[in-house]
Amino acid sequence: MLSVANLACERDERVLFANLAFTVAAGSLWQVQGANGSGKTTLLRILAGLNGDYSGELQWQGKVCSEVRTEYQQALFFLGHAPSVNRTLTPLQNLRWFCALQGFADDAAIHSALNEHGLRGYADIPCYQMSAGQQRRVSLARLSLTSAKLWILDEPFTALDRVGVAELEARVSRHAAAGGAVILTTHHPLQTQHPLTVLNLDALRPEAA
Amino acid sequence: MSRVALGLGASLRATLRRELQLAISSPGKIVNPLMFFVIASSLFPLSGRLDIDVLGSIAPGIIWVTALLAVMLSMESLFRSDYDDGSLEQLLLSPQPLYFHVLIKVLGHWLVTGLPLVVVAPLLGLLLNLPAQGYVPLLIGLVLGTPTLSLIAAIGTALTVALARSGVLLAVLVLPLSIPVLVFGAGVVDTALNGLPVAGVIALLAALLVLALSFAPLAIVAALRINVQ
Repeated sequence: MLSVANLACERDERVLFANLAFTVAAGSLWQVQGANGSGKTTLLRILAGLNGDYSGELQWQGKVCSEVRTEYQQALFFLGHAPSVNRTLTPLQNLRWFCALQGFADDAAIHSALNEHGLRGYADIPCYQMSAGQQRRVSLARLSLTSAKLWILDEPFTALDRVGVAELEARVSRHAAAGGAVILTTHHPLQTQHPLTVLNLDALRPEAA
Repeated sequence: MSRVALGLGASLRATLRRELQLAISSPGKIVNPLMFFVIASSLFPLSGRLDIDVLGSIAPGIIWVTALLAVMLSMESLFRSDYDDGSLEQLLLSPQPLYFHVLIKVLGHWLVTGLPLVVVAPLLGLLLNLPAQGYVPLLIGLVLGTPTLSLIAAIGTALTVALARSGVLLAVLVLPLSIPVLVFGAGVVDTALNGLPVAGVIALLAALLVLALSFAPLAIVAALRINVQ
């Protein structure tokens, strides 16, 4: 699906990674590892097309990503560090806007996504009244709404309780098993039956070699 | 299946609705610039022994300058919360035409911050002894001019969204660009007060609005892409 060739990124004259090349195939589950500051977030944001400060080539289904931007963005779901949940709005209002940006409206699906993520009865409560973990769940409810093939998740397990972590692990595994692809970062050992590909940025760094 | 596919218009309406919901959920956004506008304008008559006719003749300038500052103040919050909580990433990564979404977001913001300024402006005209023939041109000018100011200020807001405190920098970026609007906006009223036809000046203001509507969204989108990395 997504292939990366010769990718290099430099931050403040520090090489984060160079000559990075890999292909994320359909049905694969990728975990990007590395110490704090090793460039995990930067890599994910480059892959998502948010950060243009790199050299190398990104290809989506064999075509250069920047040339098929709309097509790529239709197939991509990205979740960054921040939960992308407006605190003054309710989960329903937040998710309605998300759906509208994806080009559809479906309140029934939003309610069932919230139920699925343990937020039954919270649809109309302003998000600022919720805990950090619940806000993260609102954010992750998008996974049940998006039809994107490729998920890029930056530290999606932050603030989740143990049940939430297990559910999310199961969810990403199911997505990969169903022919999607997932790239995520996390510091905890991922519990999954699905074959996991690990990309360790520490081991790839030039000075480490 | 209850999923309804939305066209561009419907998804733009969703963005507009969200902007209005945000304003309702934090009413300070609407009230603060309005209070600033009223208080700052009403300081002028108190600030010295201004002759009442002199006051009337500088009233258009006072109203326009304070309106400009109020618009700038109000626009600072346009992308702030979306940047902080990551919603801006979702917007930039959505397969939607950003040009229209950004445009509708600015216009939504104008509806709740700029339009109230236009509505209270006649009251300030009364306070500042604006001659009777100045009210209609003042209103026409503000209706055409404040959206332009909002769009210009939004460019500055988008450029400074990554900075924690952008107040002064925003002013330095935005104020010079706002000068033409100010000149023609206050000019409409002055022209009317001098008994001259105002159509030409109004046309210039309208032209500035069309220019801003066409090009400001491009600049805003580009600035947001630079800042969200």
